Amino acid sequence: MRLLTHNMLSCNIKGVKNGYPLRLEAEKWTEKEVDFNAKFLRGIFPKIDWPALVGSARSFGFNDLLPDEAPDSSLLASDDDLLRRFHHALLEIHVEEGGLVCPETGRRFPINKGIPNLLLHEDEV
Amino acid sequence: MWFLCVFFHRLLDYRRPEVESLAELFGAFEPMEDGSPVRPLSLEWNLPQNHHIDSPFHFVNLPSEDVARNIARRSMLVKGIYELWGEGITDDDLEKAIRGFSDERKLPYLKPESSFRITVDNFGKVTSFQEQNERIRGLSYIPFKGRVDLRNPDHKFWLMEIDDYGENNGLPPVVERRIFFGREVGAADRKLLPTYQLKSRKYIGPTAMDAEIAFLMANQGLARPGKLIYDPFVGTGSILVAAAHFGAMTMGADIDIRVVRDGRGPDCNVWSNFEQYGLPKPLSLMRSDNNLPPWRSGLKEVFDAIICDPPYGVRAGGRKSGGRKLLKGAVDPYTVPEEKRFNHIPSTAAYSLAECVNDLLELSARMLVMGGRLVFFFPVLREDVVTVAQFPEHPCFTLIASCEQILSLRYSRYLLTMVKTGHYTEEISELAGKKHLDFRENHLKWMEEGNLHSAVFSSSDAQNTKSSFDRDSKPKYRGKYV
Repeated sequence: MRLLTHNMLSCNIKGVKNGYPLRLEAEKWTEKEVDFNAKFLRGIFPKIDWPALVGSARSFGFNDLLPDEAPDSSLLASDDDLLRRFHHALLEIHVEEGGLVCPETGRRFPINKGIPNLLLHEDEV
Repeated sequence: MWFLCVFFHRLLDYRRPEVESLAELFGAFEPMEDGSPVRPLSLEWNLPQNHHIDSPFHFVNLPSEDVARNIARRSMLVKGIYELWGEGITDDDLEKAIRGFSDERKLPYLKPESSFRITVDNFGKVTSFQEQNERIRGLSYIPFKGRVDLRNPDHKFWLMEIDDYGENNGLPPVVERRIFFGREVGAADRKLLPTYQLKSRKYIGPTAMDAEIAFLMANQGLARPGKLIYDPFVGTGSILVAAAHFGAMTMGADIDIRVVRDGRGPDCNVWSNFEQYGLPKPLSLMRSDNNLPPWRSGLKEVFDAIICDPPYGVRAGGRKSGGRKLLKGAVDPYTVPEEKRFNHIPSTAAYSLAECVNDLLELSARMLVMGGRLVFFFPVLREDVVTVAQFPEHPCFTLIASCEQILSLRYSRYLLTMVKTGHYTEEISELAGKKHLDFRENHLKWMEEGNLHSAVFSSSDAQNTKSSFDRDSKPKYRGKYV
């Protein structure tokens, strides 16, 4: 599971109001190189929750990879280095084993073989 | 510019919509003032005189030869697109037409320093080598100056003919002979079909999508580099493989964790299907429920296309969260005991097609970008006379293509292509819900759990013998692939 996926998911247990962002517990993770596609990155950038991305990248020790504040999208068009760092954070960090924990209920959604399991239990629907 | 567009005699309903989609992909339509081509746009088409819509020969108006070449090369169902130099009923007609075709357009392709080849092709008949040579010699009035190269010529010419040979692959009778002569602008590359055929794919399931259809779906979804495509019923990833082949980024979800996580082992799973073809792996695979999607609130307009084959309960039924399998000692209200929560496997409930399609439309309305496409299969019992009104609708979407593939005497599936033409709001969502209820009540009782399966598989004795299904209402030549 990459940080892009983490950025899009929330806990959807019935009645939960603040199910985002999920706390990332990574027991096993790797970095894998992914083809760089500037057009895709610029397209997805406005949809990304920046503080959540910065937070999740820091949880892996990438403290200076991304600026605290979301950069202006025009900067992303001109600053190739920034775009590459965004690419690395979003797509090249892979969580193999671990979990996603709901900030409100503490419910842990397991990540197994890179696949987050977001299916709810019978009494959570 | 008008071109002769010759199709393969397959998947007849899918042919023009594929060309229309590729025309959009390769920029044949002028964008609107705000820059986004969200209007459903269409090309101008014509048929040769006396030809039926299911004929392989069509004329299409395209903005340029480059667009025509790009369309032909990427298409699955276009055999070739040609610059027509002449057509006629007899050889004399043809000669007259070719002589009358402007020299300005002809001469650049007849130069001495170039190489060329002429192919003779009769639709519905095998032409002997000798006859082919005679036909080619009959074209001696065209001043070819170049040298012949059968393997790798600069210019390819085609002499194509259709006549009533007694058998026309089941097409309606050909009224009169017609001959076409043209220069090939582009031709389909069907070599990728043997590469991607399911029988050599490592990991497939019972409902893995046939490679040809998966490529057609990817074309309908305008898959290309820089675009993000999502399949909420990803299974073994057969649709996303096709999208990734065309350079799109992919994401998939499935409710069945065994399929999406485990496959048949470390070298035989969804990921390995992408590895096998050297394609970039999906950006995300996850287990989630289409009925209760886990997207964070506020997330919308992320995907450029959603392409899927929803479970309609004939070969595989849908499941959703919220089952009520009895747990030992469970009392109302239903709760999972604390000590059993870790690694608990939740039971699931049946998911009717009606609910599934409604959820799919809602999800797509929210998660697709404006102008994004929803491409999915929708089953129809052939007893019903199908009209556009019977397909599911949503206020955010405009249906631009519905292509039938007949699966058996009893049912077909339609590939529906919808374009998001309206913004998604709370009010729209409410309106869509009402529309869906109306659709569900008035049209499709068989969309409820199990009904489609029984309609397709019940024995014929059990069925009403005076079925309203009229076997003659559809042309007889229409079969599984035609």
